[in-house]
Amino acid sequence: MTKGYTWRITLIVVFILASCVYLTPTLVAPLPSWWSGLLPKDKIHLGLDLQGGTHLVMEVETQKAVEGSLDLIATDLEDSLTAQNLRFKRIGKLGSDKVQLTLYDRGSADGVIKLVKKKYPDLETLPLTDEGGFVNLQLRINEKEAQVRKDRAVAQALETIRNRIDQFGVSEPIIQREGINHIVVQLPGIKDPKRAIELIGKTARLEFKLVDETVNATTATAGSIPEDDELLFEKKTDPATGAVSETPVVTKRKAMITGDLLTDAQIRIDSQYNQPYVAIEFNSTGARLFDQVTAANVGKRFAIVLDSNVYSAPVIRERISGGSAQISGSFTEKDAADLAIVLRAGSLPAPVKILQNVTVGPSLGQDSIRKGLVAGLIGVALVVVFMGIYYKLCGMVANLGMVLNIVYLMGALAALGATLTLPGIAAIVLLIGMSVDSNVLIFERIREEMKLGKTPHAALDAGYDKAFLTIMDSHVTALITAAVLFQFGTGPVKGFAVSLSLGIIINLFTSLLATRVLFDAFLDRVHVKRLSI
Amino acid sequence: MELLGKTNIDFIGMRKISFVISGIIALIGIIGIIQISRGAANMGIDFSGGTSMQLKFTQPVTTLAAREALAREGLKEVDLQEIKDGNKLLIKMRKSTIGTGKVADHVQEIMKKEFPANPFIVESSTEIGPTIGEKLKSDTLMAVALSMLGIILYIAWRFDFKFGVGAVVATMHDVLAIIAVFYVCNKEVNLLLVTAVLTIAGYSLTDTVVVFDRIRENLHKSLKDPITQVFNRSINEVLSRTIVTSFTVFMAACSLFLFGGEVIHDFAFALLVGVLVGTYSSIFVASPIVALWEKLPAEVKA
Repeated sequence: MTKGYTWRITLIVVFILASCVYLTPTLVAPLPSWWSGLLPKDKIHLGLDLQGGTHLVMEVETQKAVEGSLDLIATDLEDSLTAQNLRFKRIGKLGSDKVQLTLYDRGSADGVIKLVKKKYPDLETLPLTDEGGFVNLQLRINEKEAQVRKDRAVAQALETIRNRIDQFGVSEPIIQREGINHIVVQLPGIKDPKRAIELIGKTARLEFKLVDETVNATTATAGSIPEDDELLFEKKTDPATGAVSETPVVTKRKAMITGDLLTDAQIRIDSQYNQPYVAIEFNSTGARLFDQVTAANVGKRFAIVLDSNVYSAPVIRERISGGSAQISGSFTEKDAADLAIVLRAGSLPAPVKILQNVTVGPSLGQDSIRKGLVAGLIGVALVVVFMGIYYKLCGMVANLGMVLNIVYLMGALAALGATLTLPGIAAIVLLIGMSVDSNVLIFERIREEMKLGKTPHAALDAGYDKAFLTIMDSHVTALITAAVLFQFGTGPVKGFAVSLSLGIIINLFTSLLATRVLFDAFLDRVHVKRLSI
Repeated sequence: MELLGKTNIDFIGMRKISFVISGIIALIGIIGIIQISRGAANMGIDFSGGTSMQLKFTQPVTTLAAREALAREGLKEVDLQEIKDGNKLLIKMRKSTIGTGKVADHVQEIMKKEFPANPFIVESSTEIGPTIGEKLKSDTLMAVALSMLGIILYIAWRFDFKFGVGAVVATMHDVLAIIAVFYVCNKEVNLLLVTAVLTIAGYSLTDTVVVFDRIRENLHKSLKDPITQVFNRSINEVLSRTIVTSFTVFMAACSLFLFGGEVIHDFAFALLVGVLVGTYSSIFVASPIVALWEKLPAEVKA
């Protein structure tokens, strides 16, 4: 009987070689110098649960981005109307999707509407309404436009977060958008997760606001201050005791200058007090504005506000031209460095909320790898011994198939750039048990056929043929669930599904083709009376 | 070597006992599912939302001392578990009044303050907001439904309808059994358990398919013999391979359970239960159902 086992053996050997090549970067470190060119250099990726690190899921509060843009529109309209000498009583955001302009009479409305239509063609103008002798004009941002803005906010947030992480310095971070308004961040091997999370999650909206000196801040409450003022707090941490003190500051609601106008921010150390501060540079618009504002307000206090916290409120001693300024406050060197990073990377278009934070320390990961390895080796040993005793020589062939399985699986994981997680290791251990199953089915069938009096070779052929469908059926059903797990699972579970699906497919190959070729090659060359089974 | 020689056990005849046992297990499993969907079982924080931390101390810390320390700072609803190996402490909190992202820090500060002489490192910390948990719940239900549907379709295509029903009932039985065991033992219901359940759903079919294949083969061969006899003979014929295949997987799962570490301890436990129940169900649940069904028309005619 001639069987084309040359191609089968070639296939097996090619796969073994390929697996070894792909596994080399994982097993050999450092790689030898001749290992270059097209040869793979990627190690098997370890999931965060194995190498330690932080996995974050954040939600961008996109509604706030829409509201923020309405605030901007209101401020901008206020300036434009003033510049064109169009009289109005008040302009402000109304609810979550409108800007309301209050005018003195219907006569002035035409000019205003014309201006609005020209500047903001996307806004809907609602019919005028009268209220207590004034005329209200409402501008509404329509659903579609709001959606566009929300979408842009998430994209921008993603970009900003990426910038911040790049500047913070994390190797191989994963930053991606998930669903409509979620952002997933993975920081492998990070040492100080708390600091990184603070850095990523900070909105970092920098504003320069004039302090309203006419109001007594110490007795002020949110209700008692003028409408265009706001009550903020300056937090100070005593470096010696760690006690936090809050000083109230009343500022104008309108920001004179914002962080968008920055070009650079760097940490510096004050040589006199040995205190860190952040030196900032404005762009030309920012520099001009800063020059104008400081010139007009010498002697007044200028509050530097980040995310509604006053960092400091120094007195403007003289006009500041040249476009550089400094932010000082009671912060540590780390705080100042992080502040510089967020200012350089820009502010988030909307606040983000952390929905999920999974942090695994490196020691636990190491521990998991070690234990997974031990469990795997013991599993292999148990199965090898059992198969050897129960099926003798044939059992050893099945064991060889199992080892092949593991080599192929690891090679495939490396080649596909798949991520190995702790449940993934569990899947491999489980596969050790499952991979000999196909051979058990075949061997039992062979035993039956031999009891019917067939020759070893005929029994072997019948065994493989008759067990074939059973093996296919059982593998397909297992594959169905593995595929579903892959589809819906995230992180560790996905790792499990990847290992399991690959393992099932590889197992089909080794049990139906690889172990069989060994039997065929042996039985064709050696004439045996009975199989060792 | 052969573990079992030729056996001749009346498996189908034992169905009265086995159906009662399986019925009870399934009932507990259904109660477990109802309790889980009500959130009354021991839910993992991936479903309920909350915080869990694993701290590794330098010296042993009793759960009692830790509970008192946390309670003094206002954290009262806390699940604590001590892992003797390596002075580890598991802390789990479902609901939190402080926002997500703060609880873990808060716990760390409390522990630093309360156990100043016993420094610790945070081995892992997980905080999950309630919205994620809700999404995960619906995703999970979807996954379970999808894989069940896929299995039914495949078996219905490969075998006939009666076998399909038998296989699905047996698979459902195994899923319910794992849930029943977890519910009774008050073990945590989390994403890894769902993964284990789905894996077992796929695996238990392997056993069922092996038995069914043989029954189908024998049904074609011996059309004259009584149905019960054909079924019994088939099961007896494949008994040793059913046991051996399960045994190899059981050994691997055992190794995971004993040596795989605490993170996948429960996961491996679910696999162990699943392998046992899956083997039992293909013999004592799936086959008798099909046998009864096949027999029914014959008896009606007679």
